[in-house]
Amino acid sequence: MKTRLMRIYIVILFLGIGALGLRAGTVNVCADCPVKTIKEGIRQAQAGDVVLIGSGLYAEGNIVVDKPLTLRGVNYPVIDGQLTEEAFTITADSVTIEGLKIQNSGHNQLKDLAAIRVQRTKGYIIRSNILLNSYFGIYLEYAGAGEVYGNTIIGQAVTEANAGNAIHAWYVQGVNISHNFLKGHRDGIYLEFVTHSFIHDNHSTGNVRYGLHYMFSNDDAYYCNTFDHNGAGVAVMFSKRIVMTDNYFEHNWGRASYGLLLKEITDADIARNAFVSNTVGIMLEGASRIRYQNNQFKSNGWAVQVTGGCEDNNFIANNFLSNALDLVINGRLNSNTFDGNYWSEYNGYDLDRDGRGDVPHRPVKLFSYIISQSPESIILLRSFFVDLLNFSEKVSPALTPDNVLDNMPLMEEAQWAVGSRR
Amino acid sequence: MLKIMKYTLSDLLRSRWGLIYLGFFLLLTLSLLWLSGDVSKVVISLMNVILILCPLIAVMFGVMYFYNSREFTELLLAQPIRRTDIFWGQYLGLALSLSLSLLLGIGLPFLLYGLLASSEVLNFFVLVSTGVFLSFIFSGLAFYIALRNDNRIRGFGLAILVWLFFAVIYDGVFLLSLMLLKEYPLEHYSIVAAMFNPIDLSRILILLKLDISALMGYTGAVFRKFLGTGLGSTLSFGVLVLWVLVPAWSIRRLALRKDF
Repeated sequence: MKTRLMRIYIVILFLGIGALGLRAGTVNVCADCPVKTIKEGIRQAQAGDVVLIGSGLYAEGNIVVDKPLTLRGVNYPVIDGQLTEEAFTITADSVTIEGLKIQNSGHNQLKDLAAIRVQRTKGYIIRSNILLNSYFGIYLEYAGAGEVYGNTIIGQAVTEANAGNAIHAWYVQGVNISHNFLKGHRDGIYLEFVTHSFIHDNHSTGNVRYGLHYMFSNDDAYYCNTFDHNGAGVAVMFSKRIVMTDNYFEHNWGRASYGLLLKEITDADIARNAFVSNTVGIMLEGASRIRYQNNQFKSNGWAVQVTGGCEDNNFIANNFLSNALDLVINGRLNSNTFDGNYWSEYNGYDLDRDGRGDVPHRPVKLFSYIISQSPESIILLRSFFVDLLNFSEKVSPALTPDNVLDNMPLMEEAQWAVGSRR
Repeated sequence: MLKIMKYTLSDLLRSRWGLIYLGFFLLLTLSLLWLSGDVSKVVISLMNVILILCPLIAVMFGVMYFYNSREFTELLLAQPIRRTDIFWGQYLGLALSLSLSLLLGIGLPFLLYGLLASSEVLNFFVLVSTGVFLSFIFSGLAFYIALRNDNRIRGFGLAILVWLFFAVIYDGVFLLSLMLLKEYPLEHYSIVAAMFNPIDLSRILILLKLDISALMGYTGAVFRKFLGTGLGSTLSFGVLVLWVLVPAWSIRRLALRKDF
């Protein structure tokens, strides 16, 4: 599927180059040029032309791009929305916007104003722009295939209610969002009713809510992204068939903070991700038929937290290293399997030397039950008495589910070929 | 005081027990580093050892040393030396020798392993300094116990009881009270309760470095303020200093009154 999409992009690219070759018209916009405003430049340009925008400050209100043009900034000209207007609204197919610095686009909670809005079009390319202090950064609505590449989007969000998303996609098919840097918005990337999209090599940090957020979106993939210091790293909600690989989740701390939150999702594939120093590595709520393979859980508070209604989750060959608590499962009914993982806390032996421990490992500790009953007792974490309690519970489980165990724990850390980034 | 401290220190450093203590830490740290190869994991393993063993050794060794050197102490008492100097000198010598063994026993292997280049330097320092604190606190308690009780059996029994109380029983009662009173707001209570146990305090200091991601999962505002800002570390540190000073002061009071 990925290669097919790539092919489509290449065709689009060649068509674009071909169109340029036919026309090759260029309209220059700058303070000293005959054409002084971007709006005028767009009016004069023919379909397929390049509008070259020289450096300077342009405050022209809402600029509508209604023909297939390339708007290209030279030395990052500044487009200022003066906090009232949407800087660009794209209503034509095959529009490219690149090399612009767009700042102070309008903040309006009724209209959801954005720095760049793509409306009911396809073939758009939004590349290498810098968006500062926007409400919404890039807003795609009812859009087809296109590309959002290498943009830097930095907002000043403080609370969830008063902030927009850095990249917001609504009813979009086949968008490719990659190599963006997203900071200080509500969600880094928000996808609602988005299908067949690829999100990769983005860095989403310091956002108030989620680094990446899926709602009602099926058949998508995200890979090789980094999510750190967000309210929660990634939230995948009410979605099906999402592939999540080679991502890095770090330092998502707080009372409702997760590296990855899975809520009402099915048939996902989660592989080769690293979860480091999060309060909760993965939180499962109503997540079913999901395979977790070759993930690294290191120094998290809770590596995996499973709440009600989660069925047929299979954890295979993951590494659980120095987490305060590896696994928490609520409820006694369990159809999830945890066979064949590496647990740094496992202290069994391997007499037949097949690389698998001979004694099953029980990853659920009594202390996790105690914490759920009396949260303040977290202050006794790792105390000698708690270790004693955990040990006696491990020997004869009374309060923890006795069917949650790894029947063949690995003796050595699982190894795998790393993704493209690491 | 300094002279007596120096004498006690050199006496203890040359003694068999001091060397065994040093050797134990050397061997333990070396083997842990060699076996696991992961510095952060070793820090966690060492944390448990230090929190349990340092107080135990300090309290037992302190009582033992006091009873063994009783005759020498009586000789000193006959000289024109102030009582505070004698007992504080001995106490400081003992605590310093234990701390030195700990520092060398854990520090040398880590240095050999290239600690300074790793990101765990800070964790290591917290670990070692809590170990030093615990040595001081519990050897102080030991001296106090030994000064109060001329009966050796009673002194040893009390010393073990004190260790058992702070290492295990206290946490058990603490946890039980948290479970029983879970309907009530317990934030202030649990922080204050932790302050009354030096082992818990040391553990919290280390946790703040190692497991802060887990601790931040808790919802209460008071806790979050205590753990999330510098307040927790500063307060724990301050109370630990108090825990050193109070036994030392009690030793002085008792020593001045005691009839030998």
